[in-house]
Amino acid sequence: MKQFMVFVRKEFYHVFRDRRTLLILFGLPVMQILLFGYALTTEIKNAEIIIVDHAGDVASQQLTTMIAASKYFDISASVLSDEDIYKSFKKGKVKCAVVFPIGFGNDLLHGQTAQIQLIADAADPNTAKTLTNYLTAIIADYQQQINPTAAIPMRIEPVTRMLYNPELNGSMNFVPGVMALVLMIICTTLTSVSIVREKEMGTMEILLVSPFKPTYVVLAKAVPYLALSMIDLIIILLLSVFLLDMPIRGNIILLFLESTLFIICCLSLGLLISSVTRTQQIAMMVSMMGMMLPTILFTGFIFPLENMPLPLQLISNLVPSRWFYVIIKAVMLKGLGIGVIWKETLVLAGMTTALLVISIKSFKTRLS
Amino acid sequence: MDTVILQHISKSYVKEGPPALQDVSFSVKKGELFGLIGPDGAGKSTIFRILTTLLLSDKGSATVAGYDVVKNYHEIRSCVGYMPGKFSLYQDLTIEENLHFFATLFGTTVAANYALIKDIYEQIAPFKNRRAGKLSGGMKQKLALCCALIHRPEVLFLDEPTTGVDAVSRKEFWEMLQRLKAEGITIVVSTPYMDEASLCERIALIQNGQILSINTPAKIIEAYPGKLYALTAPKVHLLLKDTRQYAGISLCYAAGDKLHLSFKEEGKEHPAGLLSWLESKGHQGVRIEEITPDIEDCFIAKTSTHE
Repeated sequence: MKQFMVFVRKEFYHVFRDRRTLLILFGLPVMQILLFGYALTTEIKNAEIIIVDHAGDVASQQLTTMIAASKYFDISASVLSDEDIYKSFKKGKVKCAVVFPIGFGNDLLHGQTAQIQLIADAADPNTAKTLTNYLTAIIADYQQQINPTAAIPMRIEPVTRMLYNPELNGSMNFVPGVMALVLMIICTTLTSVSIVREKEMGTMEILLVSPFKPTYVVLAKAVPYLALSMIDLIIILLLSVFLLDMPIRGNIILLFLESTLFIICCLSLGLLISSVTRTQQIAMMVSMMGMMLPTILFTGFIFPLENMPLPLQLISNLVPSRWFYVIIKAVMLKGLGIGVIWKETLVLAGMTTALLVISIKSFKTRLS
Repeated sequence: MDTVILQHISKSYVKEGPPALQDVSFSVKKGELFGLIGPDGAGKSTIFRILTTLLLSDKGSATVAGYDVVKNYHEIRSCVGYMPGKFSLYQDLTIEENLHFFATLFGTTVAANYALIKDIYEQIAPFKNRRAGKLSGGMKQKLALCCALIHRPEVLFLDEPTTGVDAVSRKEFWEMLQRLKAEGITIVVSTPYMDEASLCERIALIQNGQILSINTPAKIIEAYPGKLYALTAPKVHLLLKDTRQYAGISLCYAAGDKLHLSFKEEGKEHPAGLLSWLESKGHQGVRIEEITPDIEDCFIAKTSTHE
C-alpha cells in the first residue's frame, strides 16, 4: 500500500511539473466548453434578407415593418427587378427574399387571397427551411392582426410548449455533448500518454525489475488521473451552470456518480491504448484523433443518431460517450433519476469492466 | 552453487538474419565482479534483459540467485538491482525524490540501507534538490547506481554504466564497484571499453552474440597466441597501408599513436625484415619493439581468428 501511495505521488509530480500536461488538463476543457457553448450554435439571428415590393401599398409596408422588427431578420436592401434578386443571392450574403406582387393589398382586401413569394438560398437547406418557417409565422401573425374575427368556421390553434428548454437555447444541447467529449478526450489521452512515456523513457524497464506488481502499475497510473478528471468535471460543471446557464435539475450526487463511472471507463480505454502503442506520439494520435472523430460523430449532440443508417447506429453503441450523453441530459436537463437511466448506466458499467480487465490482462510483464 | 548461470542461451529478435545471442553459456560466482566485454551490438544488453527477466530467451535456461528466470521471475525481480544502458530514472524528479521513490518501491527506506550507498550518495548529495534531467552524465550514473543499490540486492546488473562518462568519473565508478564487491554483492557489468576489463575479476569476451573466451584478464592475456610488436615512427598514420602489404604480417592495426602487429610465424628474419621493407618504401625513423598485449589486443586476435 505504501508502494502504491508513493507511486501515485510520483504521478502527481509528473503532472504538476509538466506545463503541457497541465495545459491539456485544465486549458482544453475551458476552451472547448466556451467554444462550443458560445461560438457554435445552430440558431439563426439577424439573417440578411431583401424585400422586393412591387405592390408598394399599405399592406405590404405593414408586413415589411413586422419582418424588420423581428430579431431574426435584417433587411439589407429593397430591389425591384428579378435580375437584382439573383445578383444579391449570388453574392452569397442574402439568405432570403420576400416578393410582394403588384396589387398585393388589393388582392388581400378584395379578392380574399393574396400571394407572397419567399425565395430562400437552399444551398444550406436547414437555414433555408428555418428562415421560411419564421417568415411564414410572421405572415400568419399579420393575417391574424388585420382580421381578428376571421370567418373561418373551424380552426385548430396549436399551442406549443418547449419543455426543459423553453427558450430553445442551443447550448443546452451542446454542453452535455461537449462535457462527454472533453472528458473522453482528456481521460484517454493523459492516461495513455503517461504509461507510454514510461516505456519510451526506459523507466518501465526498472519498474518491471522491481517487486511492484505490473497490475499495480496500471492502477496506480489511473488513480491520479481519476482525481484530476474529477477536478475537470467540477470546472466544466461550474462553467456550464454559471456561464452558459445550464440547469442542474436532477440529483447532483447522481450526476457525479454517473460522471465518475464515465471517467473510469475512459481511463480504462486510455490504459488499453497505452498497452498496445509504443511511442507517446502514436498514443497521442490514437487517443486524440482516433477518439475525437467517433466521439463527435456518434455521441449524437451534433448529428442526431436517429437519422443515421442502421450500421452507423449500431457502431455508435460502442462509443461510451453516446451513453453518457443520454444520462447527463436526463439528469441535468430533465431532472430524471436512476429509474430512467439504469439501462445506459448498466451499459457504461459493462464497458468499463470489460475495458479494465482487457487492459490489465494485456499489460505486458516483460519487455516484448 | 554459482549466483548467475546461463546455459546454452539463444535469442533472435527477427526470424531472418543473424541471432542476437547464439548458445551463450557462462556462470558468475557469488561475490564476483564479472565483466562482459564487447563492442556495441555484441549482445550484452540482451544478456542483461534475459537475466533480469525482461526478455524470454528462445533456447536454453538461466538462473539468478538460484531462481529460474522464467518460472520464478517475481523472486528475481525483488533480489536484483538493475541499471539499464540508457539512463532510466525520472528526469522531472529530483535526486532525493528518485531515490525515495525506488526505495519505497522495493519495500525499504533510504535510511535502512544508507550505509551501502553513503560513499556514492555523498558525492551527489549537494545537488539533491536538482532534477535528474539536469545532472551531468557522471552524476546521473551515480544516482542510477544508488537507486539500483538501495534495496541491497544480491546481484547487481550494470549495463554499460560508464558509457558517455568522463575519464575521472569512470575511474571513481570502478572504485565504487570494488567497494560494493567487498560488501559481498555479486556484480555483472558490461562495457565496450577494453581498458576497464582488467578491473574485473573474470571477463567474457563477446562478439556477434557469441562468447569468444571466458577467463581472468591475466589468463586471457597469457593465452595470447604468439608475440605482439609495436611500431613507432614520426608519421605513424602513413605506415599502416605499407605494413599490411608486408608478406609475413598476420595482423596490423592502429592502437593510439602506435601500430600493433603480429607475424604469421615467428622467425628471426621478421622484425628486421619488416624494418628494411618499410625503409625501402621510404619511411624514416621506424622503430619496433615487443610488447605485452592488453585485453584489446586479445580481443582483436580472437575476433580475427573467429572470422
